[in-house]
Amino acid sequence: MSAPHSHTHEEPASFAFDADSEAQIAKILARYPESKKASGVIPLLYVAQKQMGRLTGSAWTPRIAMDTIAERLGMAPIRVYEVATFYFMFNTKPIGRFHLQVCGTTPCWLRGSDEVLRACKDAGHLKGYGDTSEDGIFTMTEVECLGGCVNAPILQVDDDYYEDMDYDSTVKLIEALKRGERPTPGSVTGRQGSAPIGGAETVLDIPMADVKE
Amino acid sequence: MAKVTVDGIEIEVPNGATVLQACEAAGKEIPRFCYHERLSVAGNCRMCLVEVEKAPKPVASCAYPVADGMKVFTDSAMVRNARRNVMEFLLINHPLDCPICDQGGECDLQDQATAYGGQGGRYREQKRAVKDKYMGPLVKTIMTRCIQCTRCIRFATEVAGVPELGATGRGEDMQIGTYVERALTTELSGNLIDICPVGALTSRPYAFVSRPWELGKTDSIDVLDAVGAAIRIDTRGPEVLRILPRTNEDVNEEWMADRGRFSFDGLKRKRLDRPWIRVDGKLRPASWEEAFAAIADRFQGLAPARIGAVAGDLVDAESAFALRQLMTGLGSANLDCRQDGAAIDGRRRDQYLFNTGIAGIDEADALLIIGSNPRQEAPVLNARIRKRWASGAMKVGFVGPKGLNLTYKAEHLGEGPAALAALQAGEGFAEVLKGASKPMIILGRAAIARADGAAVLAAAWALAESVGALTPEWHGFNLLHLFGGQVGALDAGFLPGPGGLDLAAMLGGGVDALWLLGADGFDPALIADGTFVVYQGHHGDRAASRADVILPGAAYPEKDGTYVNTEGRVQRGRMALHAPGEAREDWRIVRAAGAALGVALDFDTLEALRARMVAANPVFGMVDGRVAGGCLDTAGPVAGVTPISHTEFTLPVTDYWQADAISRASETMAECSRIYNDATPKLAAE
Amino acid sequence: MALSDKDRIFTNLYGLHPWNLKDARRRGSWDGTAAIIAKGRDWIIEEMKQSGLRGRGGAGFPTGMKWSFMPKASPDGRPSYLVVNGDESEPGTCKDRDIIRNDPHLLIEGCLYAGVGMGAHAGYIYVRGEYYNEIQVLQAAIDEAYDAGLLGKNAAGSGWDFDLYVHRGAGAYICGEETALIESLEGKKGMPRLKPPFPAAVGLYGCPTTVNNVETIAVVPAILKRGASWFSSFGRPKNVGTKIFCIQGHVNKPCNVEAEMSIPMRELIDRYAGGVRGGWDNLLAVIPGGSSTPLLPKHICDDVLMDFDALREHKSGLGTAGVIVMDKSTDIIKAIARLAHFYKHESCGQCTPCREGMGWQKRLMDRMVEGRAELAEIDVLESVTRQIEGHTICALADGGVWPVQGLIRHFRPLMEERIRDYHAKKLGGPLPLAAE
Repeated sequence: MSAPHSHTHEEPASFAFDADSEAQIAKILARYPESKKASGVIPLLYVAQKQMGRLTGSAWTPRIAMDTIAERLGMAPIRVYEVATFYFMFNTKPIGRFHLQVCGTTPCWLRGSDEVLRACKDAGHLKGYGDTSEDGIFTMTEVECLGGCVNAPILQVDDDYYEDMDYDSTVKLIEALKRGERPTPGSVTGRQGSAPIGGAETVLDIPMADVKE
Repeated sequence: MAKVTVDGIEIEVPNGATVLQACEAAGKEIPRFCYHERLSVAGNCRMCLVEVEKAPKPVASCAYPVADGMKVFTDSAMVRNARRNVMEFLLINHPLDCPICDQGGECDLQDQATAYGGQGGRYREQKRAVKDKYMGPLVKTIMTRCIQCTRCIRFATEVAGVPELGATGRGEDMQIGTYVERALTTELSGNLIDICPVGALTSRPYAFVSRPWELGKTDSIDVLDAVGAAIRIDTRGPEVLRILPRTNEDVNEEWMADRGRFSFDGLKRKRLDRPWIRVDGKLRPASWEEAFAAIADRFQGLAPARIGAVAGDLVDAESAFALRQLMTGLGSANLDCRQDGAAIDGRRRDQYLFNTGIAGIDEADALLIIGSNPRQEAPVLNARIRKRWASGAMKVGFVGPKGLNLTYKAEHLGEGPAALAALQAGEGFAEVLKGASKPMIILGRAAIARADGAAVLAAAWALAESVGALTPEWHGFNLLHLFGGQVGALDAGFLPGPGGLDLAAMLGGGVDALWLLGADGFDPALIADGTFVVYQGHHGDRAASRADVILPGAAYPEKDGTYVNTEGRVQRGRMALHAPGEAREDWRIVRAAGAALGVALDFDTLEALRARMVAANPVFGMVDGRVAGGCLDTAGPVAGVTPISHTEFTLPVTDYWQADAISRASETMAECSRIYNDATPKLAAE
Repeated sequence: MALSDKDRIFTNLYGLHPWNLKDARRRGSWDGTAAIIAKGRDWIIEEMKQSGLRGRGGAGFPTGMKWSFMPKASPDGRPSYLVVNGDESEPGTCKDRDIIRNDPHLLIEGCLYAGVGMGAHAGYIYVRGEYYNEIQVLQAAIDEAYDAGLLGKNAAGSGWDFDLYVHRGAGAYICGEETALIESLEGKKGMPRLKPPFPAAVGLYGCPTTVNNVETIAVVPAILKRGASWFSSFGRPKNVGTKIFCIQGHVNKPCNVEAEMSIPMRELIDRYAGGVRGGWDNLLAVIPGGSSTPLLPKHICDDVLMDFDALREHKSGLGTAGVIVMDKSTDIIKAIARLAHFYKHESCGQCTPCREGMGWQKRLMDRMVEGRAELAEIDVLESVTRQIEGHTICALADGGVWPVQGLIRHFRPLMEERIRDYHAKKLGGPLPLAAE
């Protein structure tokens, strides 16, 4: 995330994984050879960040959580700090309740991502990228290509993609979030996945076999 | 072997060699920043690009393996271009602050920009500015100058064994640091300064002090531990401005420990720069004549058996030998250089040396450490252990306090001598030692500086013999000494002669006059009130205030002297500057004292003195060498009368940064001691 | 002749049907799996070679050949690994997403065959972190497959043991580079490794490893079931098969579509994406294969074919087949400047030319957007891109400068005009010629 090198916020004094997280960790570590536990560092950073979101309303990864992960995985703490600051999806400082992630890369920009940005600013009361609204509800980040380009522009809210956005639909989405609603992710214009507007024109004539259970 | 042609020169290099090594073998200089022969290959700076026939792109020679028949070009248009291009990229965000940069004049970037760079710059954008990082009290950071070569990260992780440095962030925002702004917990941090190819990591004590071309440079030997690292003492006028390691593959490779490197400011503080004599209970300045007269006056009429001498831990072998001659001339056999009471009888040299040799660690395949923390007692030697361990070829066992971080994995086998009995009985790690073809045992000097020291020494030797560490081809028994003067004094025979007293017996009134040669390693309160004390040395440290006469001597950079390291290597320190005030080289002081005491010493010059030393002990003739080889006589040391106890081993170094008279006078070391003994980390941007 | 639905591999590309095992089976997944595996490893590799499949991740390396580099036996006891690259981060690319969320069993079944083909008993599918919801589907599908005995011990009754895991990335384009992906999977920063050694010798956890793109693996079942010659009957020689194209930007109906290789670009856009906004003549340029491939101006787009070789002839490439269409309203300098920003943001920072050069390129491009530059700086920009290209450990840097090179190649007059306009406006007079 942005500004990985400064510590200008409050870091919590302690961190421990809760029962939910521990259950996830057990599953995660089962995927890797016992001697290669370090493979679990990204998954565990997610677990920590999710837990912070669950418990505090701000999904971020405090340094002490990184230390906890280092100890759990038998890694030097600096190796976890490196990973947490290298990958863009870990928030090394607190963020708002909802993380508005506006894709600004060329495919989205060509389809009007500037309008999505404007709508986020207007409706979310945000000054610009990196800003958290005063009420702590929204943090807005510019992200790079989200890989949903035929449904551009895209606004990612936390883990969910909202696709085929424009100014009005963005405002509508943000207002809904403020009301505590969570609209169904996907195309806001009702497109079926990546099919063209108006409905699929291929893969309509697919033979289906009878398969016994 | 692979046949490789470099710029038309045909050479043969081993299979698996890199193109860079082949180029060097052919005498071609390849510029580099990230590549360092003692670190893993990173291949990131791209400065070492060369052209390889049939390769479509220039290849990074540091990482590219040779192939038989390969043709390499190091001076083609493609290569010159590539170097110029990489250099331009390195410089666009590098500040043009060479005039105020301490690396100036010895900067790889500066040198290579001159040799391989282009003319002028085309970069018109804002340059990057990077916040400085905290890495500890010794290393100053100016991170805007960093070229992200990652040498420091690799040094800390691989050589020092403290994985605390890293590169956080990514791309052009990638930054080197500890992230948590904590001092690196290593005794080798000064080496970061040496390996940094630019002025990002520089010496804090040396900041804005001097330019390299203003310095007098004297090759010498570090004596603040018993490794005997090769060093260069840089002076300007009457001051040591810095100390740097020199390469000695057999001893320190190219590393150096922090205490030896950074204690030199202690040379200017608490110095004894004139003679003093005690009159009416108070010390007052005196002339040399008065001082010698005072000694002669007090010595007169004393029975020789009532006079004794103690040599300290940093003494040069010449002055120890000279003082021994003086004592012999006076008729006294009361000599001791074992301030810690270590059970060394001096009968057999291989029973007090690190016989495997420091370079021998590279061959060992099992190691047992007993009662020693080599990380603090001999940091550079410890790095060598770590290197061998990291190669996977050597397992390590440890007997001593629990919870020690040696920087490598060591199986903890017990805290006291009982563990030796278990090993002797063939339990546990004994299997590893026995199964090894070159097992070695390191016995800490502190492990034999206790009541049962002789028994511990005998037990360790016996264990070495039983696991096959003592063979005609391999000597796996090693005593690790702590300071640079300890072995030399032993070799000079500074031990009780026939019927002579040891230190313990001299204290508490065992003698009436005691000559302390730099002996600050024991509690002077143990000296009986009535004992007349001569202190000869360079610092007003622990013992000088107890003296009746003070004879100001020279610290190691201020004299030519012979030092024997823990492995028995005879090395010469050289005078880099004069001792302050009226202080003199110690052997001259002893000789002058002899004249005053009516003892004619048969050497007038250093050469003559050294000739006498060689005659007395031929090892002093093996300058820069050592007696190497296997163990030809496995008969063990005498176990002594005190039986082996169950007392746990304790470690001798309680404060690495302040362990001797010089470092105890150093403000730099005092700060280190404060910082490293305070475990609370500091947060960055507050 | 347009590709007909009966020849489409990705029959649930749009998620018109459920992704689950039951429905996937009705679409032909997991049919005759054991029998195919019974034909043996050599047969699988030979069939893959014969099919002419080239990797769908961007570089286009022949898949069968890649598999054949894996050791036949493990003399030192090291296992072999299959790693599937689902990092899909090349701007303009969103095909693997559809496979993962709508037809995961195509991928999972393909993984099993690939595992047999390369002698691997374990595979990891590395999916970009942002595809959180897609990963939930993939994991559920894997769980289903385990429950049905299609994975794990004696997978699908084939006698081959095969375990498959999902690993989620965390936002780093560079992890699409195969050795960076391996590093990331090992729990490190995604910094590409020096090569040699290549992953087939020293890959994941130091073991022999082959990394294949999601689409590459997902077409394997169809190739093995319908035959190499069926697959190779589409497209031109050396450019065969079907391919998912992601058509986006200024088209009337952006979409993903599976079409035959070597389809003319214009036909692809007109037939499947409703044509260029405002008509073909309103076309300015197309980035044909994801952001790394240099743009092509309209006159080349008029008749170029969408395959590896045809696009290479025009100094571009098929890449990931992300077709980014830009009409005449586009500020093409800004469109490319935004890509320069992307590559600066995504440079791992390891190699000097990329770490330093990407920022320089981006800043120069930002000034080019405004015209706040000297004419001669277009040459500086070009030379900076040439200095970066070919001087780094991995290909991110190459892909990061090609878009700018393409812009200069085809739109230099526009860049010059922008500079002149800027100087005319700001300085009140025309810019002196560079030569002066």
